[in-house]
Amino acid sequence: MTTHVLSPDVLNDGRTDSARSQNPAGQGLAAQAAPAAREGVPAVAEPQDGARKRRSAPQGDPPAGNAASPNWAEAIIRATLPPLLTFGVVLGIWAFISAAIVPDIPGPGATFEHAKEVLADPFYQAGPNDMGIGWQVLFSLSRVLSGFALAALVGIPLGLLIGMSQPVRRALGPLIQILRPVSPLAWLPIGLLLFKAVNPSAVFVIFITSIWPIILNTAAGVQAIPQDYLNVAKVLQLGRWDVTRKILLPATRPHIMTGMRLSLGIGWMVIVAAEMLTGGIGIGFYVWDEWNNLNVASIIVAIGIIGLVGILLETVMDRIQRRFDYTRGGH
Amino acid sequence: MNRTYLQLDHLGITFPTPKGPFCALQDVNLRIDKGEFIAIIGHSGCGKSTVLNIVAGLLRATVGGAILENREVTEPGPERAVVFQNHSLLPWLTVYDNVRIAVDKVFGARKTKQERDAWTCHNLELVHMEHALDKRPNEISGGMKQRVGIARALAMEPKVLLMDEPFGALDALTRAHLQDSLMEIHGKLGNTVLMITHDVDEAVLLSDRIVMMTTGPAATIGEVLDVGLERPRDRLSLAADADYNHYRAEVLRFLHARQRNPRAA
Ligand SMILES: Nc1ncnc2c1ncn2[C@@H]1O[C@H](COP(=O)(O)OP(=O)(O)OP(=O)(O)O)[C@@H](O)[C@H]1O
Ligand SMILES: [Mg+2]
Repeated sequence: MTTHVLSPDVLNDGRTDSARSQNPAGQGLAAQAAPAAREGVPAVAEPQDGARKRRSAPQGDPPAGNAASPNWAEAIIRATLPPLLTFGVVLGIWAFISAAIVPDIPGPGATFEHAKEVLADPFYQAGPNDMGIGWQVLFSLSRVLSGFALAALVGIPLGLLIGMSQPVRRALGPLIQILRPVSPLAWLPIGLLLFKAVNPSAVFVIFITSIWPIILNTAAGVQAIPQDYLNVAKVLQLGRWDVTRKILLPATRPHIMTGMRLSLGIGWMVIVAAEMLTGGIGIGFYVWDEWNNLNVASIIVAIGIIGLVGILLETVMDRIQRRFDYTRGGH
Repeated sequence: MNRTYLQLDHLGITFPTPKGPFCALQDVNLRIDKGEFIAIIGHSGCGKSTVLNIVAGLLRATVGGAILENREVTEPGPERAVVFQNHSLLPWLTVYDNVRIAVDKVFGARKTKQERDAWTCHNLELVHMEHALDKRPNEISGGMKQRVGIARALAMEPKVLLMDEPFGALDALTRAHLQDSLMEIHGKLGNTVLMITHDVDEAVLLSDRIVMMTTGPAATIGEVLDVGLERPRDRLSLAADADYNHYRAEVLRFLHARQRNPRAA
């Protein structure tokens, strides 16, 4: 019927969507659901290309003919209705709980008013222990990123070593298996004893959190390297360092990125709990502090912000990961 | 007589397996002259790749061994370049970089940057891949990948070029095209080539001698056929050539009459 001129954005949207569904690293519900919600992709999107284009084209091409307007409306409804519905149901339950069951929990309206207040000046500084929520998030982020970076620094070489050498694998395997299932928070007291300070202890906890997925994914990546690549290296008589740099690292890069992505996600979850215990500036302690002040609206706002930052981290890692994925063609 | 360039000397290999030792090759003897093109043919699983891998240094023989220019082969090295059956390009590198990594390693000390760049391009031109320098392996066809694999091997200026069914996975047309390129390159550079193939026509068309292997276990060389066809060879005129068809028939007779494939029976 009517042919639309597809805007590049629309095409792009379609491509990234299908690319993501093939992404083996997108494990876990959060990893799959978050990007879809982020881009407002229709939850019922069919893989069929024609259907996709027809439905999404008008979004990028509003001045389409009259004949297309039913499709147009349908597309918007299909894209926005399911999430709106979910949102509405959650708000309803929330309002009901707050009004009828637990009056201490502020309702959606009151919370929204409070959020506007909190977010009006997220970076105020009224003293060493009274800072805006923006600062709280930044302090937490800096702890997560420090621990995460340290974990990558230690975990990637260790993972390479474990993957390459059976003796090392045998030596470290049992230790890793014992320590990996331990909640990282159990390490907090040890951290406090070791560092005699709160901040490095929190970083230490994130380090412990992040290191296992990085080690294990890196090692798995090394072991998944086809013998052919190693034979190429042997025929070229590459030295140990060159093999690591030119073969092992690039070949395992997708695995390493998967490990880093997982560990950053977990690190962001764990920091909230860790800061509740350590105190100081940080979104975790903020939640705990507001609980002590019985300021529940702040806690709900913080939960929303923690979630949004989580999505942000996920998005960044996803972008980086896709850049490094050589199996998906040039960049 | 020419002096022997590459020699397989009482070569044998036994693999340890869960069911006990398995003798794959026994008493393989062959003398190869410089510049010779040798085709190895034999039924699947007889040990062709194993022979090639021993010459490449990727496997160690249990008995005897391979001797190149009077020195025993003990480890892999760029003077024995391998074209692997499945091309083995590194997927994160471009076509250019896949060849360049070999050029840098072999000529890093002897050639300047510009020379290495030119040499990389030159070898890709030899296989007619100069148009795809910046493509990655997953963006080019199987035949193209195989050509880049050949360019990478040629760029090392190897003493011996080892090819394990280099055209096995390709369609007939691409294969014919690459065979012609290979003949042209061999004519021009005079490499010593050891090539495994399953294809009787390919063996007769390309090689100076065809080494026919018996079926394992304890496989060895059954017969060696001298292919006396003049070079350069042209596939179209050879198709009706009596000598060509004689050689072809000889190989077929060996494979089908004398060495029944036990697994195919
Ligand atoms: N590492 C190994 N351990 C045990 N047996 C092996 C090993 N490598 C090869 N073999 C055995 O040695 C024999 C020869 O194998 P090889 O791969 O050389 O055969 P091939 O002639 O190249 O076969 P194809 O034509 O199918 O490639 C086979 O029976 C194989 O099972
Ligand atoms: Mg083989």
